[in-house]
Amino acid sequence: MPRKKITISEKVEYLSILNEKGQLDKKLEPDIGEDVLLKLHRFMVLARKFDERLLNLQRQGRIGTFPPIKGQEAAQLGTIAHLRASDWMVPAFRETAAELWRGKSLENIIIYNNGFAEGVDIPEDRNDLPISVPVGSQIIHAVGLGWAAKYRQKDDVAMTFFGDGATSEGDFHEGLNFAAVFQAPVVFVCQNNHWAISMPLSKQTRSKTLAQKAIAYGMPGIQVDGNDILAVFSAAQEAVQRARSGDGPTLIECVTYRLMMHTTADDPKRYRTDEEVEKWSKRDPLPRFQKYLMDKGLLSEDKLNEIESQIMEEIQAAVEGAEKQMAAFGDPMDMFDHAYAEMPPYLKEQKADLARELSEGGEEGDHG
Amino acid sequence: MAKMTMVQALNLALQQEMEKDDSVIVLGEDVGVDGGVFRVTDGLINQFGDQRVLDTPLAESAIVGMSIGMAAYGLKPVCEIQFSGFSYQNFHQIENHAARLRWRSQGRFHVPMVLRTPYGGGVRALEHHSESREAYWAHTPGLKMVIPSGPRNARSLLVSAIQDPDPVIFYESKALYRAFREEVPDAEETLPIGKPQLLKEGADLTMISYGAMMRPTLEAAGELKDKDGIEAEVIDLLTISPLDEEILVQSVKKTGRAVVIHEAPRSFGPGAEVVSRLVEKAFYYLEAPIERVAGFDIIIPSFSREKAYLPSFERILRAARKVLAA
Ligand SMILES: Cc1ncc(C[n+]2csc(CCOP(=O)(O)OP(=O)(O)O)c2C)c(N)n1
Ligand SMILES: [Mg+2]
Repeated sequence: MPRKKITISEKVEYLSILNEKGQLDKKLEPDIGEDVLLKLHRFMVLARKFDERLLNLQRQGRIGTFPPIKGQEAAQLGTIAHLRASDWMVPAFRETAAELWRGKSLENIIIYNNGFAEGVDIPEDRNDLPISVPVGSQIIHAVGLGWAAKYRQKDDVAMTFFGDGATSEGDFHEGLNFAAVFQAPVVFVCQNNHWAISMPLSKQTRSKTLAQKAIAYGMPGIQVDGNDILAVFSAAQEAVQRARSGDGPTLIECVTYRLMMHTTADDPKRYRTDEEVEKWSKRDPLPRFQKYLMDKGLLSEDKLNEIESQIMEEIQAAVEGAEKQMAAFGDPMDMFDHAYAEMPPYLKEQKADLARELSEGGEEGDHG
Repeated sequence: MAKMTMVQALNLALQQEMEKDDSVIVLGEDVGVDGGVFRVTDGLINQFGDQRVLDTPLAESAIVGMSIGMAAYGLKPVCEIQFSGFSYQNFHQIENHAARLRWRSQGRFHVPMVLRTPYGGGVRALEHHSESREAYWAHTPGLKMVIPSGPRNARSLLVSAIQDPDPVIFYESKALYRAFREEVPDAEETLPIGKPQLLKEGADLTMISYGAMMRPTLEAAGELKDKDGIEAEVIDLLTISPLDEEILVQSVKKTGRAVVIHEAPRSFGPGAEVVSRLVEKAFYYLEAPIERVAGFDIIIPSFSREKAYLPSFERILRAARKVLAA
């Protein structure tokens, strides 16, 4: 009975194509059509400007608490760009850029963030699960969706998003294990933005990478520069193809950074330095992609200004539209909708009670 | 004596218990450097260091499972689950182990831990941040379930919970965290777990509530006195489980009428248990059907509509008048 070494032969790859100065590794440059490149860019600018505007609205008390995404646009767009409408998007709560790409309207995002369920916007022809707040819990749903698609002999895939913090939850580990055991067509997208509220990655795990956790479950894992949209795009392309062709799941770790606060209720000055944020600001995904597009002759300063001002108008119109819609929202009676397919009798009574109360009005005055 | 918010009063309880007893350990997500997302653990890591205030990885099941191990060893862990909406991730550790280890080991081990967690609505929060699900815990044999209603009793009850030999689930109302201040004495103060408190005597009606609903309940009692000349007796449960019915039964034997108020959903909520006890023990004294004022049996709506969901002063007053008129 010897004491012998079992060699784990797997390696974790790190992929970077367009570095922070915007220099390109020509050999690795993915073949992306001009229209797709420009669409990616447009959504990156839109997501950035919209995020800034949401923060502004929140500070003015015009929407509630929300989680900014600044800095994570490339990680989200480079991955989501590979999904068809019939593929499944299984988000956490910080995927505004990906949601915009999938067609969610600016207006509805504003409405949702102002605490109205009317902003939940999932058309029949798009397979997107709603936002999921309990960290990591959605990961396993992607496995079920992917497996179900395979069972029905569809080549649809499921892509799920989560953060570095989520990799500490049991659901993450159980989800990866199930996906590998059942060879489900799933792409796990971990946005490692280095922070889980006040917890730095170094206190979240002793693993060198998050990607390597895939090895333990028997699936490929790759770490990419998550602020390099070309690298993210390439890695996700491979992973989606692998899933679609029946070769099972992949874990992609996008190394990125949360440039803003966790949510607008958070004060990051309590736990991280300005220098760290500054360092990561220099690795911003947007300027380097713009430089790449300009080097390729696909973008110019004038064109960029034009895109930006179009987007600002679009956002302004959405803010106005959303506020107009919200002003017209009626009484809160629809809170009783969607609890069950069929409302139990006692719930009908409760609903009638509330309706009566509302119609009588607050004659005792407002003490709320 | 200092005037404190509930957040400050809870912080004082933790700080003093940690100072007194080095077996008290605080652990949870963001409880150290950040001082907790509501700042209840603010400053503790500076005073006691990172071996007594543990910033944990993001995993509720592990936070609670580890607390159970620490407690079985003889420490007194006080873990924080950031929002009660995320305590279901650790539900099995509580139900399968914390609540049972005393019984399963036939008294060899026990679990003197406290699980602190914010609950309740009214703070314009995202989904999963506004629920009131105390019934889950109150329904579990072997657990104690405590919900304070103000800074002073929050401090005393937390001290009692830390000193209690059994696992205590300690719900803190987010809506009350900074709603008002009370005088909180410097010297340690405790309140017995399992004892409701009589807040106001009265002969006409018994009003029973707890947590964030105490304020609108007291307000309604005041209005009944001013406008209707009614003297309502008001009881703050403070402990949901184990539920001590004695004071409730005595009160209803005197008044013959009762209203029970909570923001948790109506069906199978704590109010159902209170009403059952009253029916069992004071049936022949009742002069009117007991009313429950509670959250509706639905998911609490997104925050722009939550006000219509939560029991209000008006809703409590209406129920009280209905009971009085019957
Ligand atoms: C199960 C659960 N526990 C705690 C929380 C509170 N919380 C919300 S986000 C967050 C940190 C998440 O970190 P990460 O997974 O890295 O995602 P990021 O916020 O960085 O996008 C925490 C602790 C939650 N929403 N769900
Ligand atoms: Mg993170």
